[in-house]
Amino acid sequence: MRIGLFIPCYVDQFYPKVAIATYELLQKLGCDVRFPMKQTCCGQPMANSGYAHLTKGCDANFMANFAEFDYIVCPSGSCVLHVKEHLHDENNEELASKMRKRVFELTEFITDVLKVETIVGNFPYKVGMHQSCHGQRGLKLSQMSELNAPFFSKPEQLLSKIKGINLVSLSRKDECCGFGGTFCVTEEAISVKMGQDRIKDHEAHQVDYITGGDMSCLMHLEGILKRQKSPIQIIHIAEILNATV
Amino acid sequence: MKNNLEHSEAAAIFNKDVKRVDWHDETLWFVREKRDKAAHQIPEWELLREMASEIKNNVLSNIHDYLLEFESNAQKNGIVVHWAADAEEHNKIVHSIMEKHGVKQMVKSKSMLTEECHLNEYLSEKGIDVIDSDLGERIVQLRKEPPSHIVLPAIHLKKEDVSETFHEHLGTEKGNNDPQYLTEAARLHLRDTFLTRKVALTGVNFAIAETGEIVVCTNEGNADMGAHLADVHIACMGFEKIIPQRKHLSVFLRLLARSATGQPITTFSSHFKKPRDGKEMHIVIVDNGRTTQLGREDFRNSLKCIRCGACMNTCPVYRRSGGHSYHNAVAGPIGSILAPNLDMNKNADLPFASTLCGSCTNVCPVKIDIHDQLYKWRQVLVKEGHAPLGKTIAMNGMATVLANPMVFDLAGKVGRFVMKNIPVLVNNSLNPWYKQREMPAPPNESFREWYKKNGTEFNNKNNE
Ligand code: SF4
Repeated sequence: MRIGLFIPCYVDQFYPKVAIATYELLQKLGCDVRFPMKQTCCGQPMANSGYAHLTKGCDANFMANFAEFDYIVCPSGSCVLHVKEHLHDENNEELASKMRKRVFELTEFITDVLKVETIVGNFPYKVGMHQSCHGQRGLKLSQMSELNAPFFSKPEQLLSKIKGINLVSLSRKDECCGFGGTFCVTEEAISVKMGQDRIKDHEAHQVDYITGGDMSCLMHLEGILKRQKSPIQIIHIAEILNATV
Repeated sequence: MKNNLEHSEAAAIFNKDVKRVDWHDETLWFVREKRDKAAHQIPEWELLREMASEIKNNVLSNIHDYLLEFESNAQKNGIVVHWAADAEEHNKIVHSIMEKHGVKQMVKSKSMLTEECHLNEYLSEKGIDVIDSDLGERIVQLRKEPPSHIVLPAIHLKKEDVSETFHEHLGTEKGNNDPQYLTEAARLHLRDTFLTRKVALTGVNFAIAETGEIVVCTNEGNADMGAHLADVHIACMGFEKIIPQRKHLSVFLRLLARSATGQPITTFSSHFKKPRDGKEMHIVIVDNGRTTQLGREDFRNSLKCIRCGACMNTCPVYRRSGGHSYHNAVAGPIGSILAPNLDMNKNADLPFASTLCGSCTNVCPVKIDIHDQLYKWRQVLVKEGHAPLGKTIAMNGMATVLANPMVFDLAGKVGRFVMKNIPVLVNNSLNPWYKQREMPAPPNESFREWYKKNGTEFNNKNNE
C-alpha cells in the first residue's frame, strides 16, 4: 500500500512541523509513505474565489504527482474536500475520478482505512477541538449539530484515548471560525469577529490548546490569539497524535 | 449602477458596535438552538426534510400544470386571479384594485414578495397609505428601514431603539423600554387600522393546487384581522408557493415553524378559500425572475425555499453582519443565491459573503444545497465579468505560481525570507490579514526542504 503524502502549500511553507508530524505518524502506523516533491497546491484558493477555470494547472500537477499512489493522505479537510469534489482531467477523466476516491483526510484515513481504533499517546492538557467546517460538513468527519442524527467524531475518537488529555465540550460545538479562504481578507471584519468569538468559547472552557484538523483555521485563530497576547496555544491534531506513539 | 455598500463594507460598519453585534449574534443563536431542540424532538425529522424536498422537486418539475390547476380551482371558488411578469406589473395590479374601489388606505401583513417588489414605496408615491400590521414590520416601517430578516424583521433593533421609535411616532413615554408597554401601544395603534381599512393585503405561505386555496401562517393573527375586516383581500405570491395537494401541507407546517422559531406550529395557520359574501378576494401570482431561476439548472433548487429563515439564524456571517448588509429584500444565505438572479451586477458581492461552512444547507427544511449554490454563483459571476480587476490579476498570478513547482518553491523561499528579514513589507496596514491578526512566524525551512534531508528517498516519474 503506497501512500502519497499531500501537504497543503501553506503548511509546507509555514507549518512544516505539522507535515513532519503527519509523515512520522503515518510511518509509525506502518505505512509506506512518500512525499512527491513537485506538488504545490490543490487549487482551492482559486476555485472558492470563483476562478475554478484557473485550476487546470494545479489539477494537472496534482495528477502527475499522485497518480501512482494507492492512497493520498492529507492533514487538511478542506484541501481533501476540494480534490474530492473538483479534481478533473479532460484527457483522463477515469484516472481523475479514481484519484478523487483515493484522497483521504488524515483522521479518516486512520479510522476508516487503517482501522486503527486507539492511538497510545500522551498529552496532559486541557484541549478544545475546533471542528473545521469542510472536514465536518463536507467530509462528514463528525456529526453536525444541525442534523437529527447520532453523534460520532473521527478526530475525537482518536484523541479520546490519548493519555492525560482533557477534551472540553464547547458551547457552540461546530461554529465556523471565519477563516473561509480568501474570505479572511475580503471580509476582514466579519472574519476576525468570528475568530474572536470562536476563541472566546475556548477561553470560557479554559483550554491550554486549541486543536483541529485544518491548519488554515488554526492559522487564523493563532493570528488572533497572538495579537491578543493570549496564552492559549494552537496545535494540529497530527502533532498530538504523533506525540508519543 | 451600484448604489449600495458592498456586503463587506456594510458588515464592517455594523461590526463597530461590538455589544450590538454580540447581542444580535446571541439572539439569533438562541433561535437556532430552539430550532435544534424542536427538530431533535421529532425522530422522523430528516425524513420530513426529505419529503418536503421531494414534494418541491415535483412542484418545480410540473409548475406549469399546478399553476393552471390552482388558477382554475381558485376561480371556481370565486377568487380573481392575476398574473404578474415582474415587480412593476405586480405593483400596478395591486394599485389598480385599490383604484377600482377608490380606496386610499391599506393594511398589510407580512409578505416578503411585496418587499421584493418594493410595493410600499410604489403605493406611497401614488398617495396610498400603507400600514404594516406585523409588529416587527411596523417598527421598521416607522423607521423607514427595510426588514433585516424574513421572519424577525426588526431583530437588528434593541428594545431601546423600539422605545425611541414609538416615542417619536406613537407618542409613547420617552425612555419607557418595557416590552409589554410598547407592545400594548402598538396594539392600540393597529386596532384602529384594522377597523378602518377597506383593503387588506397578505402574503401566501402555501397555495394548494388541488383546492385553489391559500394558507397564511402568522404568530400575531394580524393577517386574519386584516383580511376578515376588510372588503377586499389581496394575496400576493411568488409562483413557487404552490404545493400539489392539501395533504402535503402537513409536511410543510410541521417543518416551517420548527425551523423558523422552534415552535411546533405557527399560532395561526389560516386557510383562505373564497371571498366572504359580498366581498372580494384577489390573488396575484408573480414571476419576477423566477422563470429565469427555474431555467438555471444549478440554481433552480433555490425556488424550493419556504422562507423559514433558519439559514439566516444559523449563518455565522449573517449573525455578525445583520440583514441590511445584504442590500436585498431577502438577506442571508438564501438571499445571496436569489439576489444575483435578479441583478448580477448589483449583487455580485453576495455569494462571496460566506465561508461556505455549509450549516445553512443542513438546517434548510427543504434541503436546498445553499452553500454549493453559493460556490457555483461565484464561478458564474467571475465568468460573466463581475469580479474586481485586481482580484482577477491576483488570481491569475497565483494560478501561474501554483501550477509550476519550481516557481512555487522559489516564491515560498522569497516569501519566508521577506517575512523574516523585512517584515514591514508584510506587516503593514495594506495587508488586511495583519490588521487584527499576526502573521504566522516563518520557519527556517519548508517541509519539502526538511524532507529532502530526512525523508524516504523514492523515485516518482514526476520527481526525477
Ligand atoms: S433556504 Fe431553506 S432554511 Fe433558508 S429560508 Fe428558505 S427554506 Fe428556510
